[in-house]
Amino acid sequence: MNDPLRADVVNAQARQPYYRHTLPVRIMHWINVFAFFVLLMSGLQIFNAHPTLNWGKSSYNGRPPLLDIGAASDGSGSTIGTTNVLGHTFETTGLLGVSRGEDGELEARAFPAWATLPGPRWLSMARSWHFFAAWIFVVNGIVYFAYGFASRHFRRDIVPNETDRGSIGRSLMDHLRFRHPHGEAAKHYNVLQKITYMVVIFVLLPAVVLMGWAMSPYLNSLFPGWVDIVGGRQSARTLHFLIAFLLVAFVGVHVFEVIVTGLWNNLRSMITGRYDVRTEKKP
Amino acid sequence: MSTTSRRQFLLQSVSLLGSLLLAGCDRLSHSQWFTRMLAVAESLNKGVRKGTDNRLSMAQEFSEADLSPSFRSNGTARPASAEYQRLAAGGFTDYRLEVGGLVTTPLSLSLDEIRALPSRTQITRHDCVEGWSAIGKWKGARLSALLQKAQPSSAARYVVFRCADSLEEGGDPYYESIDMDDAYHEQTLLAYELNDSILPVENGAPLRLRVERQLGYKMAKYVMRIELVDKLDDIGGGHGGYWEDQGYQWYAGI
Repeated sequence: MNDPLRADVVNAQARQPYYRHTLPVRIMHWINVFAFFVLLMSGLQIFNAHPTLNWGKSSYNGRPPLLDIGAASDGSGSTIGTTNVLGHTFETTGLLGVSRGEDGELEARAFPAWATLPGPRWLSMARSWHFFAAWIFVVNGIVYFAYGFASRHFRRDIVPNETDRGSIGRSLMDHLRFRHPHGEAAKHYNVLQKITYMVVIFVLLPAVVLMGWAMSPYLNSLFPGWVDIVGGRQSARTLHFLIAFLLVAFVGVHVFEVIVTGLWNNLRSMITGRYDVRTEKKP
Repeated sequence: MSTTSRRQFLLQSVSLLGSLLLAGCDRLSHSQWFTRMLAVAESLNKGVRKGTDNRLSMAQEFSEADLSPSFRSNGTARPASAEYQRLAAGGFTDYRLEVGGLVTTPLSLSLDEIRALPSRTQITRHDCVEGWSAIGKWKGARLSALLQKAQPSSAARYVVFRCADSLEEGGDPYYESIDMDDAYHEQTLLAYELNDSILPVENGAPLRLRVERQLGYKMAKYVMRIELVDKLDDIGGGHGGYWEDQGYQWYAGI
């Protein structure tokens, strides 16, 4: 292996460069990453202005909230953070309800400063960031949908095909055992990946936008009563929040898989498009 | 480097990068060019409204069954000024709503005169910028009827509402502004009744603006004077309202 020439030959056999992501997909992916994180963090700052989730047309309908984050006195003079989920209260000091601000002092706030944009309590600025990123997110999303259909990206790469249908069980076992496809199989998404991307692209992302629009008094007036389809404006606000956290869960799994299946190779394929297919060496 | 120290190093790098990004974003929030860029979104939102609105789209109206048990009071609950206290003590019999600015006929109306104007009753949802909603039944004079009496000049582009309250002690009084599309909208009222009773002080007595297709902060309470103007630059901080001067969007339809 000390002979550089021989090493090249071995590498050529083991790694086969493959053009994985087209330029439009790469650009739109990173625009989406930016918009998503701005939307998420400014959204948490907006949530902090009223850290309660209700179900129904209004917040005051006699029913208890589904989620309520607050601060309370623990009886000995210090303040604790509390999170109430469906009637069960948990102490969440340090993370939810009460956390350390940028000056290191404990302060009463629902989500902590490191998770919100801006860090300090600042609703109007968070709204400015949120709507700015929302426009980028929606325009990027529309272009992506148009491209996905026109270029057959959805049909070719995302929608499960005949062979995928039979491989759901095997793919599930492979994931559970952290066994990842090599060689030819690594050139396309596996069936669980395809299903996940389908749910994210065609269900969660449009739904989170729709539930955002459902909170706008003006957009409500264009089709009066349409928000009642999901139970009313406060239900829409709750769904907006829940879907956002489903997307956070997706991003968590996505980034985890990117790391464990070859961080640099995956990252490069989303930057330059090049992905090395590693063929398993036979003994 | 051992695996644990490498992992620690990676985690520390990620958290350092994160705090640098956060600090950067907070600096951007304080810079003028960047906040101006963010404001592009507000122009686009206004554009959506202009492109879809013909003054006809109506805010959703609800049934009695949807009414919130009590209507939440936000902001000022009782204006501190001596003048307001005197008017309130007298049951607002001495109250006069002044209408001026770019109008042909300036007005000074008593509550009885306002109650005699064409009115509207509506059960609507009040959406606060903070995120909560409350449903209430409002009765009030249609602002369009008042404007027909005052006859705005053709130069008038905004209706400004001057209020009796200030949110900080001794601070600037609350004010708000809307454009002519919202001013002439069927659901835009100067409300004097809430849930079939005289409008309580904590909800804005004697008169409170209802602009149902926008957020709660647009709906000025304790309205004392209405002015028609051609621009907002010379009023208050120049952004068209108390909260707008603190950085909130003038167009609050979203």
